[in-house]
Amino acid sequence: MAEVSHEAWITGIGIVSCLGEGADAHWQALGSGHFNTDTTAYAPYIVHRITPLDFDKQIPKKGDQRQMEAWQRIGTYAAGMALDSAGLKGNKEILSHTDMIVAAGGGERDIGADTTILSGLPVAANPEAFLNERLMSDLRPTLFLAQLSNLLAGNISIVHGVTGSSRTFMGEESAGVDAIRIALSRINAGQSEIALVGGSYNAERPDLLMLYQFGGFNMKDRFAPIWQRTDNPGFALGSLGAFLVIESRSHAQARDAKPIARLSAVRSGRSSRKPGDITASLKHLWGEIADRLRPNELALISGASGVEPATAEERAFLAEHQDIAVRATGTYLGHGMEPQFPMNVALAAIAVSRGNLFPPTDDSGVERSLDHSITQAIITAVGHWRGEGMALVEAAS
Amino acid sequence: MPSNQGRTHDSAGRPVVVVTGMGVVTSLGAGKTDNWSKLTAGQSGIKNITRFSTDGLKTRFAGTVDFVPTDPMSSPALSERFAELAAEEAIAEANIGTRGDFPGPLFIAVPPVEIEWTQRRQLANASGANTNVTYNDLIRMAATGQYTRLHERFMFGSIGEHLADRLGTKGSPISLSTACASGATAIQLGLEAIRRGETDAALCIGADGSVNPESLIRFSLLSALSTSADPPEQAAKPFSKNRDGFVMAEGAGALVLESLEAAKARGAKILGIMNGAGEMTDAFHRTRSSPDGKPIIGCIRNALTDAGLAPDDIDYINSHGTGTPENDKMEALGVMTVFGERAKSIPMSSNKSMVGHTLSAAGAIEAVFSLLTLAHQRIPPTINYKVPDPTIPLDVVPNTARDAKVTHIISNSFGFGGQNVSLVMGHEPA
Repeated sequence: MAEVSHEAWITGIGIVSCLGEGADAHWQALGSGHFNTDTTAYAPYIVHRITPLDFDKQIPKKGDQRQMEAWQRIGTYAAGMALDSAGLKGNKEILSHTDMIVAAGGGERDIGADTTILSGLPVAANPEAFLNERLMSDLRPTLFLAQLSNLLAGNISIVHGVTGSSRTFMGEESAGVDAIRIALSRINAGQSEIALVGGSYNAERPDLLMLYQFGGFNMKDRFAPIWQRTDNPGFALGSLGAFLVIESRSHAQARDAKPIARLSAVRSGRSSRKPGDITASLKHLWGEIADRLRPNELALISGASGVEPATAEERAFLAEHQDIAVRATGTYLGHGMEPQFPMNVALAAIAVSRGNLFPPTDDSGVERSLDHSITQAIITAVGHWRGEGMALVEAAS
Repeated sequence: MPSNQGRTHDSAGRPVVVVTGMGVVTSLGAGKTDNWSKLTAGQSGIKNITRFSTDGLKTRFAGTVDFVPTDPMSSPALSERFAELAAEEAIAEANIGTRGDFPGPLFIAVPPVEIEWTQRRQLANASGANTNVTYNDLIRMAATGQYTRLHERFMFGSIGEHLADRLGTKGSPISLSTACASGATAIQLGLEAIRRGETDAALCIGADGSVNPESLIRFSLLSALSTSADPPEQAAKPFSKNRDGFVMAEGAGALVLESLEAAKARGAKILGIMNGAGEMTDAFHRTRSSPDGKPIIGCIRNALTDAGLAPDDIDYINSHGTGTPENDKMEALGVMTVFGERAKSIPMSSNKSMVGHTLSAAGAIEAVFSLLTLAHQRIPPTINYKVPDPTIPLDVVPNTARDAKVTHIISNSFGFGGQNVSLVMGHEPA
């Protein structure tokens, strides 16, 4: 356990998704029973599109917006919301020592350029020369900067002035878990005082549908809540932006910042994904934090994706904790890879700050109504291919 | 304060972190021995690209690693092979753990991953869409289930996961990017983990195998690459007045970091000290440095502070030295500001003049070369230095390696997106 002064508080949250923007909008939409899915744009696959955002609110310069593709705009927007929420926007002194860890994949492709080139190749006299020539003339130079993984962080530095440090973790769901884990470890050890951590994802990308369809991961045809997909497994990709401001208690108190919640533990694990491995990995992670849990004040926010066998294995783990109210937020949000875990940590923080949970949206028996108030929330992450994670968020009273 | 404070802990009470194993692959060859002899002989690994057609390209040369075959070829597959070769050399030298059971976490810098033209063309051809290809055709082919291994290959986490499987590193492998500073960030993360006491050892790798048509063209469209092809081995001209861009290159560097205490306890040979790391982000522009140089200056100072050293303690600078007009000017400004009058007499050379810019790998490869510089007390040169730039009045160790007394080195890495990281390394304490 960290020294009290080095315990970590969540003092800012910036979240955007298909549900809207901000903590209140998310809280109202979660549990509404209304699922914001798009079943036509990429039929037969289902995606959750981002709510319409007025980017000018967080990215005032049009020139900056033009330099970004959608995933960067979503992330830069959410990061700005988190800084606003923490009361840090424009505070040069603090932003100059704020450490940033961003969980990111890569950026959009130019779909038009790709398909034009692919369509021209079969009739090109010299296909290799044709490919080079078209790429030289069709690729916008700025597109590269919108594709580079670390340029979400770069844009946040430019737009919001976060300049303490900037590190980008890659690796799908695990990147989101490890970004928060490392930020917390550094704060607990006194290596960092304040961090901006999170990520973003744009689900409206045919190139990503292709990538995930290589492995048959996309849910098709018929939408169902996470736990009710056993006969039609898969994830519905979801556009997300999720950033947290995490700071040491002493740093927060020195600037009179109030905690939304305390971030008490983050663990990550890996297994080679033989049958039973995921369940065992989750049990192991649970074992590392179990002695801090108060079962009658606890809820669990699951990062289950709907992909099998990962979801069934998480369900087997949850079956051993039937006394805990579970909510799989992916039913509402879709699956957004890198920012999924930061988003769920944010929602857990909101839950413990309110002391309650949104209603279940599942009649499979996994999600049950909550009959007590909560001061603790566990967050799980199970990567669709690799990586498991768990966190504990507590009310900061 | 730890009760065992002393030589195994620094003045701030943190565990001293040492290097006990190193591995390297570049266009000059595989392994430290081959690389060091060629590096100190002033040889270039830059050559005309033969891996793919360069018809119509402005830049047709690179520091490719052509002696490591992979099939099928892709950037993540190549990066993974380079990383594995470097890691095996480093782990063997450290003689740590047992085969396939490395006793610590993996931090690996890798290039961003995406499906490449080889795969896109393969799908388009198979789809039968001929001259009217849409992404729906590609997705339709993806859904046939014939290409399942492409999913895993093009996951951002796949290189790290595969290496963690083979090398037996502990915990979740962290794959990261800070653009051209990535390799240094991987080392910084390992250094911090050991200082926190989370682990006694860490495996830190930077790897890059992304010389392919689109990656080359992307840098070319940003006017970042040298186009002086005649001959290619003279294209990389860091700090010269006629420098005209960097040369894309490939390779990997790997370091086994350990706490001094753990290394001594198991009788490991100590190759050098990782004294400290510093960083500072530049919010000025996506590809250019703040004209006042403050972030670079702050980065170097932060690294010195973290190492508990003063500017006077540094006697060699392993520069980022890409050979772009912008980088070398700004790096020189940073060095002259931090080191003052003494800057002119501190040797500062660029490994990139010989191996090219290995991008995500550069920080790790150059850390290995820095530690070899300490071990051999010999400084590799900046080759192709024929036309001095009067605005950079520094000792760039022109063209010929030099013996020198070197006790502490700072190695700089700067990247797009405002990324700046500096590492400070030193000799084994007497």
